[in-house]
Amino acid sequence: MSQQPLHFMPNDGFRDRAKSVVENPFLRQSFRGAMDFLMSKRAAQFPDPVELESLRSLGEQIRQYNLSRLPELLVQLESNLTRNGVQVHWAETPEEANAIILGICQKVSAKLMVKGKSMVSEEIELNHAAEAAGIGALESDMGEYIVQLAHEKPSHIIMPAIHKTKEEIARLFAENVPGVEYTDNVDALIQIGRNVLRQKFLEADVGLSGVNFAVAETGTLCLVENEGNGRMCTTAPPIHIAITGIEKIVEKLEHVPPLYSLLTRSATGQNISTYFNMISGPRKPGEKDGPGEVHLVLLDNGRSQAYADEQLRKTLQCIRCGACMNHCPVYTRIGGHAYGTTYPGPIGKIVSPHMLGLEATADMPTASSLCGACGEVCPVKIPIPELLVRLRTESFSAPKANPAMRGQGAGHRPLISAIWRAWATVYGNPGVYRAVSWLTSRFHWLTPRRQGGWTRVRTPLQPAPKRLRDLIKEKH
Amino acid sequence: MSARDRILAKLRAAAPSTVGAQPDVASWYATYRQAESASEKAKRFRHFIELAHAEVHSVHAGNWLSTLTTVLRNKGLDQILVSEDTTHGCAVLDELPPQGFTCQTYDMGIEAWKSEMFNATPASLTAARAAIAETGTLILWPDAAEPRLMSLVPPVHIVLLEALRIYNTFHEAMTAEGWANGLPTNALLISGPSKTADIQQTLAYGAHGPKELVVLMMEEDAA
Repeated sequence: MSQQPLHFMPNDGFRDRAKSVVENPFLRQSFRGAMDFLMSKRAAQFPDPVELESLRSLGEQIRQYNLSRLPELLVQLESNLTRNGVQVHWAETPEEANAIILGICQKVSAKLMVKGKSMVSEEIELNHAAEAAGIGALESDMGEYIVQLAHEKPSHIIMPAIHKTKEEIARLFAENVPGVEYTDNVDALIQIGRNVLRQKFLEADVGLSGVNFAVAETGTLCLVENEGNGRMCTTAPPIHIAITGIEKIVEKLEHVPPLYSLLTRSATGQNISTYFNMISGPRKPGEKDGPGEVHLVLLDNGRSQAYADEQLRKTLQCIRCGACMNHCPVYTRIGGHAYGTTYPGPIGKIVSPHMLGLEATADMPTASSLCGACGEVCPVKIPIPELLVRLRTESFSAPKANPAMRGQGAGHRPLISAIWRAWATVYGNPGVYRAVSWLTSRFHWLTPRRQGGWTRVRTPLQPAPKRLRDLIKEKH
Repeated sequence: MSARDRILAKLRAAAPSTVGAQPDVASWYATYRQAESASEKAKRFRHFIELAHAEVHSVHAGNWLSTLTTVLRNKGLDQILVSEDTTHGCAVLDELPPQGFTCQTYDMGIEAWKSEMFNATPASLTAARAAIAETGTLILWPDAAEPRLMSLVPPVHIVLLEALRIYNTFHEAMTAEGWANGLPTNALLISGPSKTADIQQTLAYGAHGPKELVVLMMEEDAA
């Protein structure tokens, strides 16, 4: 786990990675502790269940309303941003998005790009593309900076370095930051990061950020953060490039306050974040700072596939708070890296199949107990368990049943399907059921001792020698 | 076809034929957030921003400059960045240098003094446009007089706030002031000094922005 190779690798080795975390008491303790902490902080922010429910309903309504008008709102956003002087770019794939961003950098011979926290930039693996093009891409969010120093990927969308202890970070800094001695004092570690990165904010040619909400009516990009690195990246360098998924859009400015409140309270249990940064254009004549150029890259990468289906469209309501992973019993036990996708946890399981196809992600929707906690805490009421079941169906159904879903049928096994069909026949016909159950109890001793995956960690299943109906008959 | 046209064509082909009703955000706030009196709002604002580790001083027109010098002295500072294009900035420029303080001004484009801003500017003073009681939040609209980096780079940020400019909620602030009709290049909500909990969920202040946030809350003449 400590040497997490980069690049996506969802299906390959998912089970092995999950197993290795489950068997690591330190990691389990670290995730358990962090998730308990985040759950109790969230609960403290919503003391009134009536207010919580009504705010979640409002959040859901706002997201659904805006998604229902998505194409026209994107055009409105583009035209208002353009009017404000922001250059808008569109990308269907990660490769296109990287080409656009690196093209902007190369035009000014940029050497260093400082990055604010952006999961979409992780999604397109921008750091790799930049490195290949000879441009330094430096993460400046403290958690992301730590993860980048360790050559790892974030294990949580809000708290990227949640899997690391302060001692590990202390060693990492002592080994990688020139002139730094080992200290595991958290304040001292943060000051080390601050000093390194301040110099970089000063030098950087380009600042990159994500977007939390894009407001169509005003042409405004909103960013939520606590550290100030987002403001640094969007203000100090001469060029600011923002990247966002096409779904993060609201029509009206007044849609923002309820979503913002839901976001910070659900994510980290804060009533508000330290900074809310609203950017509506590049530096105007007479202004003394701010970037001279602002760009926005709108990325599809599979989102339009989710959009095309009424049920799956709800995936796009997400405001990326991470509450679903904080409350997920599976995430808490296997951590963020086991998934092998940019977005881990319940939201990762429902969004990744659209980005990577079900061939690469067929294990994701099944890595759930369907306990329902994710759907219950979702601030915009995404029915995550329902969507997981739907994706299981898409994955296990016979190929070509739904060509609109990339990789549909990837989990299909003819034998397993035949077994389920037979099961349905037996349980759907009382006469057949009686005959089959009589035979199974009669020949129960024939059950094999090895039953595939089941007996690897469990005792074998064996039918009872007498059926319930026989036992009842004997009693009367 | 461009990427733009392809994305829009896919979305248009799939968009639902009916659009839901416009969400009634105003009613939600009317139902769940009460409007408070000026003094209640000031109290709530102060409670929440102090909870977020900001320092608040009640001041009035007659004593805010002396409070400012006390704050600076207590922090061992003898230097402050102010605007020469605001009344409060000019007041500082008149009063503080004779008392031994060095006043820097933001009088040219950042390119000409970026390194000095990052390395030799320990404190700054800006005004807040307004504030929000519900969350203890300052609203700043940086402009040519008080540019964006002024409230971000100096490790100590001191903010002058008129207590009468405190709104109940973010929603009330943006609707009462008609923000939807036009926003500046950059509008900011600030709710405390910069912080992070990225190392083992341990809260630490002074991540990348100001380590300390001081609010001088200007009340109606307290005398």
